[in-house]
Amino acid sequence: MTDSKYFTTTKKGEIFELKAELNSDKKEKKKEAVKKVIASMTVGKDVSALFPDVVNCMQTDNLELKKLVYLYLMNYAKSQPDMAIMAVNTFVKDCEDPNPLIRALAVRTMGCIRVDKITEYLCEPLRKCLKDEDPYVRKTAAVCVAKLHDINAQLVEDQGFLDTLKDLISDSNPMVVANAVAALSEIAESHPSSNLLDLNPQSINKLLTALNECTEWGQIFILDCLANYTPKDDREAQSICERVTPRLSHANSAVVLSAVKVLMKFMEMLSKDLDYYGTLLKKLAPPLVTLLSAEPELQYVALRNINLIVQKRPEILKHEMKVFFVKYNDPIYVKLEKLDIMIRLASQANIAQVLAELKEYATEVDVDFVRKAVRAIGRCAIKVEQSAERCVSTLLDLIQTKVNYVVQEAIVVIKDIFRKYPNKYESVIATLCENLDSLDEPEARAAMIWIVGEYAERIDNADELLESFLEGFHDESTQVQLQLLTAIVKLFLKKPTETQELVQQVLSLATQDSDNPDLRDRGYIYWRLLSTDPVAAKEVVLAEKPLISEETDLIEPTLLDELICYIGTLASVYHKPPSAFVEGGRGVVHKSLPPRTASSESTESPETAPAGAPSGEQPDVIPTQGDLLGDLLNLDLGPPVSGPPLATSSVQMGAVDLLGGGLDSLMGDEPEGIGGPNFVAPPAAAVPANLGASMGSGLSDLFDLTSGVGTLSGSYVAPKAVWLPAMKAKGLEISGTFTRQVGSISMDLQLTNKALQVMTDFAIQFNRNSFGLAPAAPLQVHAPLSPNQTVEISLPLNTVGSVMKMEPLNNLQVAVKNNIDVFYFSTLYPLHILFVEDGKMDRQMFLATWKDIPNENEAQFQIRDCPLNAEAVSSRLQSSNIFTVAKRNVEGQDMLYQSLKLTNGIWVLAELRIQPGNPSFMDLELSLKCRAPEVSQHVYQAYETVLKN
Amino acid sequence: MIHSLFLINCSGDIFLEKHWKSVVSQSVCDYFFEAQEKAADVENVPPVISTPHHYLISIYRDKLFFVSVIQTEVPPLFVIEFLHRVADTFQDYFGECSEAAIKDNVVIVYELLEEMLDNGFPLATESNILKELIKPPTILRSVVNSITGSSNVGDTLPTGQLSNIPWRRAGVKYTNNEAYFDVVEEIDAIIDKSGSTVFAEIQGVIDACIKLSGMPDLSLSFMNPRLLDDVSFHPCIRFKRWESERVLSFIPPDGNFRLISYRVSSQNLVAIPVYVKHCISFKENSSCGRFDITIGPKQNMGKTIEGITVTVHMPKVVLNMNLTPTQGSYTFDPVTKVRPPLINCKQVFLQSLFCDGREGRRKSLMSWLKVKILTKPGEHTVLCSCPWLWREPHICC
Repeated sequence: MTDSKYFTTTKKGEIFELKAELNSDKKEKKKEAVKKVIASMTVGKDVSALFPDVVNCMQTDNLELKKLVYLYLMNYAKSQPDMAIMAVNTFVKDCEDPNPLIRALAVRTMGCIRVDKITEYLCEPLRKCLKDEDPYVRKTAAVCVAKLHDINAQLVEDQGFLDTLKDLISDSNPMVVANAVAALSEIAESHPSSNLLDLNPQSINKLLTALNECTEWGQIFILDCLANYTPKDDREAQSICERVTPRLSHANSAVVLSAVKVLMKFMEMLSKDLDYYGTLLKKLAPPLVTLLSAEPELQYVALRNINLIVQKRPEILKHEMKVFFVKYNDPIYVKLEKLDIMIRLASQANIAQVLAELKEYATEVDVDFVRKAVRAIGRCAIKVEQSAERCVSTLLDLIQTKVNYVVQEAIVVIKDIFRKYPNKYESVIATLCENLDSLDEPEARAAMIWIVGEYAERIDNADELLESFLEGFHDESTQVQLQLLTAIVKLFLKKPTETQELVQQVLSLATQDSDNPDLRDRGYIYWRLLSTDPVAAKEVVLAEKPLISEETDLIEPTLLDELICYIGTLASVYHKPPSAFVEGGRGVVHKSLPPRTASSESTESPETAPAGAPSGEQPDVIPTQGDLLGDLLNLDLGPPVSGPPLATSSVQMGAVDLLGGGLDSLMGDEPEGIGGPNFVAPPAAAVPANLGASMGSGLSDLFDLTSGVGTLSGSYVAPKAVWLPAMKAKGLEISGTFTRQVGSISMDLQLTNKALQVMTDFAIQFNRNSFGLAPAAPLQVHAPLSPNQTVEISLPLNTVGSVMKMEPLNNLQVAVKNNIDVFYFSTLYPLHILFVEDGKMDRQMFLATWKDIPNENEAQFQIRDCPLNAEAVSSRLQSSNIFTVAKRNVEGQDMLYQSLKLTNGIWVLAELRIQPGNPSFMDLELSLKCRAPEVSQHVYQAYETVLKN
Repeated sequence: MIHSLFLINCSGDIFLEKHWKSVVSQSVCDYFFEAQEKAADVENVPPVISTPHHYLISIYRDKLFFVSVIQTEVPPLFVIEFLHRVADTFQDYFGECSEAAIKDNVVIVYELLEEMLDNGFPLATESNILKELIKPPTILRSVVNSITGSSNVGDTLPTGQLSNIPWRRAGVKYTNNEAYFDVVEEIDAIIDKSGSTVFAEIQGVIDACIKLSGMPDLSLSFMNPRLLDDVSFHPCIRFKRWESERVLSFIPPDGNFRLISYRVSSQNLVAIPVYVKHCISFKENSSCGRFDITIGPKQNMGKTIEGITVTVHMPKVVLNMNLTPTQGSYTFDPVTKVRPPLINCKQVFLQSLFCDGREGRRKSLMSWLKVKILTKPGEHTVLCSCPWLWREPHICC
């Protein structure tokens, strides 16, 4: 006779039949019927329709029947709240029953009926039960408070149940204490701010006493509660530790781990010199190891926690490496965790064993596990320097197996080993290159390409290898594309002669044919670097990379300290603080390790003292990075670029043309070197339209900033700014500015020799530019420039040179040659040097032209806080060849109508409205109209420069 | 705390659900099924799975998944321990923890679950207390119940529950007072290719069956307690006494229970009673190979090896095997690729030819060897039956 018979009735009128049976007079039949109902319920069938009939069976003295009805009630009361009220009377009566079992059962069940109306009736019986003479009832009632709190928190607080619960912590029965603590902890979790568990030395003492006597589950609750306490000094911490230590021998692993948590936390307060500290460390290891012989699920949780403990206090388990050796019948999730801990524990002392094991694992069948094992070998090499050679040879052995994923994983880690020990194991590159064709995973391909690029000078056919990758460039993943780009640029910088074509190919692939912005940007940066300053390019691209650190996946120390406080919880399994994953808006209190305090010191408020900052050395940590490679890829751009300030070295789109066109003569006698190759300018269409513009205005702003106070006589002259810093030009520093005096433009240069050798044979040439600026005479440096000497030269300019529109408009690219090399720089000239002296327009003409120019060509600008009034503005502008045509006063505001003409004959008309802003400063509103609207921005800047200086 | 429990069988049917707080829909198990699908093997389903609103903590026992749903930060070990305790209780009550047994006793299961947990807090997990509350089903009792109309639910408060020794009920009486202790030790060893031991440790337990009247206070002492590296005690053992005198002093529960479990590892040399040699070779240009394994007793043990069971897990790529044991019998399960020949002998030589489905793949074989050794009743009071467990994780080539 088994219960399976209850499942057999699947006929149509099942519910009807049950109804009849439930209303039967025979007790036995009733019970059978209720059992059938429960059976249906267990498999998720809806039997709520029977609610009134089942509740009718409640009034019985048969305990089993009563329990079954209660089971039913708990499931369905919520769906039938009105009917559930019918049961209240029975509950209240049962709470008075002489049998404590029935009293407890009633209060327990009532708490589980999550119907608001019932909770009102629950209060009185609950209050009685909390003070019941029988501890069994009291302990059940304690849990009931937590249930009630979950349903109606306000009610619990109003009725004062929380205080009663707190009193129960001092109960004589340990089981009651444990349940009270559990209930309070659960309530506290939903109310992190409330100070429910107000722990003081007295209550701690009570908890510690109860700890020894209550059930295993109660011990877990008490230990978790103890872990939240902050002892006031190390003596108290030690005494708590002493009383908690016996829990380490408990058969229940949850008790053990909770005890470990308390000990790990309080240990923080103990001085390391203490004998007890050492004893405690020794006592912690065996129970942790024993956890590993439990069921796999327990092992998994234990291992996740051990992972934290090993990071915090590696000394505990440093001799226990062997217990983490993987067994063949471990589930994969245990295997992977063990592997992780093995690497953390690896040291010079045990590396031989570890490597032997890892090598075995690498020939296993499970792919994930094998990959991790191979990776682990690499990490061992990085962690234990003495083993690096062994690791590398092990990896080479593995590569010889030709198993595809092993080879790929091995290559990825070998790249890391190269990063850690540069120029040490390059002999293996040949072997790696043999496996080039078998690589099909992006990470492995990227790693291989990195290796080829990094050691291009030692690989004879590096160009061929990289070229082979280039064929399918667009099918590669971004990771590989980026790496390939960098590698080829490296190759070019190392072997410029043979690889020009290759580098041009990859640059055009990256910049023109790719729609990935990262790739395009990197391509442009390389391109411009190579074209403007190959020396800098070399410095940047081939910069020495920082060595990678030992362990990249260590948990950040502050997070680790927090996680140590959460040992044994979900947080410790996920290695994330609870705030990162706990549901909803429940505030989570951040826990932190207690600070170390000596008993001799007076400690007023240890709770408020900021915790954290555990003393003792912490290993260097790179914040958690899933992947080394990401780090690596970024590194090429990572090292600080020791470049000049932007204002002078504005790297511009058009710069490439400098090499293509205008400088042929200069280049002619140059030996073919780094600067040699002719770059073809990328088509303008490839330039994101607004990129140049925004860059341009940004740069001009910067330029404005650099200009200080100039002379007021004549056209405004900006102070000299450094255009070419010495470090970029092998010791030649060039600074300069532009002036316009009486119709002639000149470039005032200051050349300083900061090198150790004499400089001679200076020559200068401009690239084509927007206004055709060109040197009117050769650069005359009469005497050789000896070290540390400075010479000032004024170079007359004319505007008859060849014209090409630049971006920004006022960009000028200059090449200066001396006996050492050719140097390139670019600078921005202020537009007012181009304002000609005959720029005054006739009044009628002005009006006609103003009307003639379409309104969309009008641009509005604001000049704030100008320290001048209308007259002064007018005269100041006139000295810079901006002429006032007419002047009006409208509603108290001065209106100036002005005109100016550029060297190339473009007229610009301006309306300047002068509004008194505050007493001494004016706000100017400038409207510019011009047939070539692109100059407006620059004219406005000229206005601003002139007026503000 | 524990919110709900779902029992799921191997084919993915949820055949029992129990909710201790509000009802959680079965659909939450979909996340579990998803994880199960990802893990190729049932044993490889991760024990902690997070879903958007809940956490699923599961154990796999006797071809059943016990999946618990939790909503707040709860120690996962607590949940896992509890789930194992539930499975143990079923085992204890019904003799086996299987889908059939649970379905046959669904009402008792439900009553048990209700007794074990209240609002997610463990209430009574001690077998003796549970058995007083809910009597285990026996044929005799069900016959008696059907005649007298009495139930198998106890209607008085279990006596032991609130005493300082919750594990023992009062008023136990036996005519024959007897106590049995089984010392079971397993050697857990990893042996490398060349046959030398990489790692070995002994996992030992002392299981007791105590049938003594009244409140007996027992002491058990060891010849050499220092051998034990780590011990985990039943709550009945007085820890202070062990700390100071290394004597197990306790008032035992009534009936069967595990007194202590202990571990002996690296510091003490663990001797493995048998030696194993193996050889794997592959024929050139063919998908066949040959695998020999030789097992024999080590000379210096002085104890008889009684029964040897060798279990070899073949990789999935192995299609078929021809086995020729020198002694004993064998079976080959083509589904799980497990081959356990049963051998009773002093020395075994096993030969097998196996076919590898895919050519040129790496082979890795694992074997699991069980050796039963009879020891004389020695330092431990009564009979010891020690199945030696020997595991070799990797025989690779």
